[in-house]
Parts: sequence; structure tokens; C-alpha cells
Amino acid sequence: MIDFELSNKDREVLDKLREEALVARRYARFYDENEHEFPPDELPEAAQFPSIFQLLAGRTNQDSGMGVMTMLISMAQTWGDYSVRMRRGKGGLGNAALRAAGSPEQWKQWEGLTLAMAITEPGCGSDPSRVQTTAVLDGDEWVLNGEKIFVTTGCRAEGVVVWATIDKSAGRGGIKSFLVEKGTPGFIVAHKEKKLGIRADDTAAYVFKDCRIPRSNLLGGNESIPKGSSGGFKDVMKTFNMTRPAVSAIGLGMAEAALDFTREQLAKAGVVIEYGHGLHGQTAVAEKFLRLEALYEAAKLTILRAAWLADGGKPNNLESSVCKAKTGAAVREITQGCIEILGPMGVSREHLLEKWFRDVRITDIYEGTGEMQRMITARALLGYTRAELN
Amino acid sequence: MISFKLTEEQEVVREAMHDFAKSAVRPIARECDEAAKLPDAFLGQAAELGLISTQLPEAFGGGGETRSPITNSIVAEELAWGDATLAISMLAPAAFAFAVADQGTEEQKRELLPRFCADVPAAAAIAFVEPSPIFDALLPRCVAEPKGQGFVLSGVKSFVPLGDRASHFLIVARNNGGLDAFVVPRDAEGLSISAPEKNLGLRALPTATLTLERVALPGSARLGGAAGCDVRRLLNHSRAALASVMVGLSRAVLDYAVPYAKDRVAFGEAIAQKQSIAFRLADMHIETEASRWLAWKAASELEKGLDATRAAHQARSYAAEKSMWIADQGVQVLGGHGFIREHPVEMWYRNARTLGVLEGTVAL
Repeated sequence: MIDFELSNKDREVLDKLREEALVARRYARFYDENEHEFPPDELPEAAQFPSIFQLLAGRTNQDSGMGVMTMLISMAQTWGDYSVRMRRGKGGLGNAALRAAGSPEQWKQWEGLTLAMAITEPGCGSDPSRVQTTAVLDGDEWVLNGEKIFVTTGCRAEGVVVWATIDKSAGRGGIKSFLVEKGTPGFIVAHKEKKLGIRADDTAAYVFKDCRIPRSNLLGGNESIPKGSSGGFKDVMKTFNMTRPAVSAIGLGMAEAALDFTREQLAKAGVVIEYGHGLHGQTAVAEKFLRLEALYEAAKLTILRAAWLADGGKPNNLESSVCKAKTGAAVREITQGCIEILGPMGVSREHLLEKWFRDVRITDIYEGTGEMQRMITARALLGYTRAELN
Repeated sequence: MISFKLTEEQEVVREAMHDFAKSAVRPIARECDEAAKLPDAFLGQAAELGLISTQLPEAFGGGGETRSPITNSIVAEELAWGDATLAISMLAPAAFAFAVADQGTEEQKRELLPRFCADVPAAAAIAFVEPSPIFDALLPRCVAEPKGQGFVLSGVKSFVPLGDRASHFLIVARNNGGLDAFVVPRDAEGLSISAPEKNLGLRALPTATLTLERVALPGSARLGGAAGCDVRRLLNHSRAALASVMVGLSRAVLDYAVPYAKDRVAFGEAIAQKQSIAFRLADMHIETEASRWLAWKAASELEKGLDATRAAHQARSYAAEKSMWIADQGVQVLGGHGFIREHPVEMWYRNARTLGVLEGTVAL
């Protein structure tokens, strides 16, 4: 049955996480202004708060599906801060790829490590078929050469899933992903990127220089190059069916923080937000706020929809793109609009609103830009192949 | 527990309503719009669906099923996919009947509800809207003055659906600082009903201006009797319903624009293969989806008896803005063909703009 009300249990979990998030928020400005520092794995206050596993214990099938709940948890956490957490969980995007495409032996060997995922290169972003990093088989070893940028959790990770081509002439079919452990000779973490927002976040650049890894480190193990243009590539792209809703949720948590801050400030100024009267007769400021709030709610529901489908084992490729396109645009508009409403207070570094405005901007870029999401949405809607719409 | 799952029954209802919309609504929509006329035969056909009567209590001749705003939201979307105008003409009496069933006294239910369960169900409507440039549904100018045991009603209501045939109107008015709704029969002394209004869109829906000049009513005309009624709840049901109608219209536009764009060739390829068109269609789809989830959320809160004020407001205001944008983009995708009356898109464009100004017209 259609339902949008949280169970009491889930509400308790999320309320508790929001308490934590407010503690984490106290550290937000420090790590924003001290970009070279990493937030600690655990905040000093951590002992006062239960772990996420303790919080989630005892959930039943009367509670929301775990995919949906994961989205709501992300929103609650980033409502505090994008980068600072009470406790930092293990795992990275590479772990998602491992689960989607790895062999059982690889799961066993690698799952305990935090794995980043290295796709983007200085000359290739949304179109991974342009990957220039090469992997050449030499005896029982692959030899990797190339440069990777924008690697999320790249400094902290213990290993990486790196995309490289084993045959440039094969295009997308030649792209494979490889598991590489930190410390492997020839694998160099070049630097931490300097960014507009999410500054405390760990975004690295890598260099691979004659980096030799065992032949068995090819993710999924399939060395053949399929004819045509998909093949092993498709398995790895599956990774993105839950990561698109996930990064959308992360962005939306910050947009919600911006709305809450704006609502508080408006209340102090005597502007009451009221829903019964509709948009007519509202002040311009109240009307703008109401629109932004509805936009927030709309984006949130597209995220929950995509996650709910995944919980039910249903395909959600289209819905993941829908929620990512919607949220990427919504969080920009919401934070821009909140600044417009609050004026100078919105741009002052005394408050976090200007930070949220910078932090959310990545939402419409990483895990596929808004344009890529519209491309995927349009292809599904029109029944077009890549060749027909590109 | 967050869930987007329709019940099996709701799946069946959705399919049946879609079939009806496709076979009985869409084919006559243009003709009705051109003639600005609502065919009696259509209303007869619509009555057979029992959309209202099945959800009224058995004691008054109804089907005794529990009223389900979620199911009604799905029904409204499907019917409006066929045609928003005809959907509203079918659903306007529901706003009246459900208001009585939900908030009326026993006496009001006994008198009024059997009319909606008859072979030829009654036409009736809620009168919310007033001809004021800054109309606010919760600040009507229409006023009820207590007089003796009863009330005297004065004011003007406009865009009252089925104004040409409704046997009763539910008039929303200020009463002593609060808000109330009053059951006013068509032949009440002091009530004058205008000739059908001529509107930009929803042209086949006969709407009227009601002028109330000191209309004297007994105390029993006040919905809910001495306790009065919750006008905000009426408004919430109406906003959620309008949102679903707007979603149906948006989907109709998209379903029409997609095959057109794939078929229309310019500079050697279908225009749908050009990103400027393809991305536009993607955004139309995204906003239709987002609007639907907002409408469902409001319907779900109503179904649970929660205060749905915020959700209903968000659903209506968001769906209104996006359905207008979607209809506008639909016209643009079709270009000149979007402008001529051979295609339905110009009609949907007018309908979307008109829907966006309504309050209280339909209910879930």
C-alpha cells in the first residue's frame, strides 16, 4: 500500500542521527577552512552515541526497506555536514563495484578494505570509453600506466578499483576494471584536490607508473573483449544504479539544512510560513520559500522512489537518473534561493548557508552530470539506443 | 513505512479507468471543447462507473466501501489523462458528496447522500472560488450572518462547476470570524445563477457565477450542524485532487509529444534525436513523476486522517506550476502543430493554465 509515513522505529533512528549530525555540524566550518586536514574517523563525542548498527537493530518488515532507509540516513547525516561524521564508515564506491561485478573469491579477498573507484582522467569524464589508462598483460601480471583524478576517498582508501583499457582499438569493450592495493609499487597518490565545496572531503589524484598487479586482480575475471560496444562495461555501470540515488540523497540533506536555517531566520524576522492559504496573498519572500520547500519535497520523493524499486528487486536505471537529474538541479536552486531570501546573511561565512551553497554544487556533476542523466532518461523514454541519441 | 506500491485492487482500478479514459473520454474531448458542451450521454456513462456511490455508506444506498483518497487520486489521474475537463465534470459532485459524508450531520447525510446513489446521480458542487484578483481560499468575502436559528448568506462565487445543472451547492463563507460551508439548494431565494461562464480552458465544463443576495438559510444548512465543519480539510482534499488531475494532463502531453518527436524529421533525423528536444522530453517526464509522488503523498496523508495541509499545498502548487510548464513545452515540441486545433496540445495548454487557478472544484 502506498505510504509515506515513517514507522516509529525508523523515525527514532533518524531523530537520533540528526542529534549526531548537529554535533558533527559544529566541526563543519573548521574542516571547510582547513582543507588539508581530514576529519577524524571518530569525533570526540562519539562515545555518547550508539553506532549505526545498534540503532538499526530490531528493525522489522514493518519498517521501510533498507535502500530507502539508507537514503534517509544519508540525508540525516549530510543535514549535519557533508564530510564530518560522528564515525566514519568503511567502504567506498569501489566496494559497490566489487559487489556488483566481483567474483566470489574477489569478494572474500577485498571486501574488508575500503576501496575507492578511479574512473575520471584529465581528458575523460562522463564518457568512460575515452579512458586512456592502459593495462597490458605481461606474463601473470597486468602493468598499469596512466593518470586518474577526482578519486573520492582516494587518500583514505586502502585500495582502488581502477578503470583501464586493455585494447584501445576496442573502444568501450576494451575497458576493464582492476583491483589495486595501496602500497603497490608504481601506484602513487599525487595530491588531494582543492575544491569549491566539500573541501574536507577526500578527493585524490593518482598516477600509475608501470604498476604491476596479479592477473587475478581483473574485476570479475573476464579477459575477453566482447564484439560491439558493451560487455564487462555494463556490469560495472550497474554500480551506478544505487549510487545515483545515494549522491542525490547526500546533496538533498544539505539543501534541507539550508531550508531549515532560512525558515528559522525568517521566523525571527516575523515571517511565518503557512500552507493553508496557498501562494496568493503571500509575501514574495514567503512564496519563494514555499516553492523551494515543495521543490525539496519533490526531489526527495524521486530519490525514495528509485531506492524503493531497488528494495523490491526491480530495475531502477531510469528512476536513478530521474532522481539524480531532479535533485542535482533542485539543490542548486534551493541553496541559491535561500541566499537570495536571506541576502548578506546568506553569503556571510559567519553562517553555514554559503558553505551549503558551495557543497551542493557537486551534486549535479559527479556520478554523471545532469546532462548525462537527461540523456539516459530520454533514451529510456524514447526507446533509443546510444547510437540513436547521443 | 515508505512504499509506492499500489494494492492489487488499485492496479485493477487504474487499468479500468485508463481503458475508460482511452475509449470514452479522449475520443470526445475535442468535440466537447469546441462546442463548449458537456454531453448528457457522457455523464450517464460516467455515472455507471459508480465513482462516488461505491464509496458512500450502504445506509444511504451506497456501496459501503471505505473512501480511499489514494484510489481516488489514481482515478483522477487516469480520467484526466483522457481529458481534464471531462474528469472534473465527473469528479465535481464527489467534492460535494464526500464533504457531506465526511463532515455532515446524520440529517444532512440522510437528505443528500441518496441523491448520489440514484440511477441518475445528482449534480452538485462546492463553491470555493470568488472573482477577486487576490483570491485566498481561506479568506472568502462571502459572509454568513447568524439570524435567529439560521443564517443569511451574501457574496459572489465564480467558476462553480456544473452551475447549469447542480441541484445543490456547498457555499464556503465566513461565519463569525471562522469558516463554514452551507448547503444551498439551487432554487433558494436570493440565489441567482449566471449563464455558463466563457473560459479560456476547461470549456466543456459548465461553470457559473453564483450571486447570493441575502439568502436566508435554516440552521440545518450549515455543514456539520452546530459543530460546523473543517473547511481546511475540504480544501486539502480538493488540492490533492487537483494535483492528480494536473498529473494526468501532464502525462497526456508527454505521451503525445514523444511519438510526435520520434516521427517528425528535420535535417535528416527525428527531432527527438536532438538533445534540445530529447532533454526537454526527459524533463517533462521527470516533473510528471515528481508531481505524481507529491499528489500520492498528500492522498496518503488524507487517507490516514493526518493533517495534510502542507502536503496538499505542495502537491497542488508544484503540479500546477509543472503541468503548465509541461503543456507549454508540449506546444513547443509540436511547433506549429502545437498551435493548431487539429492536435489536442493547444487545448491542454489552455486547460493547464485554467486548472492552475482552481480551488475546491474536485476532491479525493
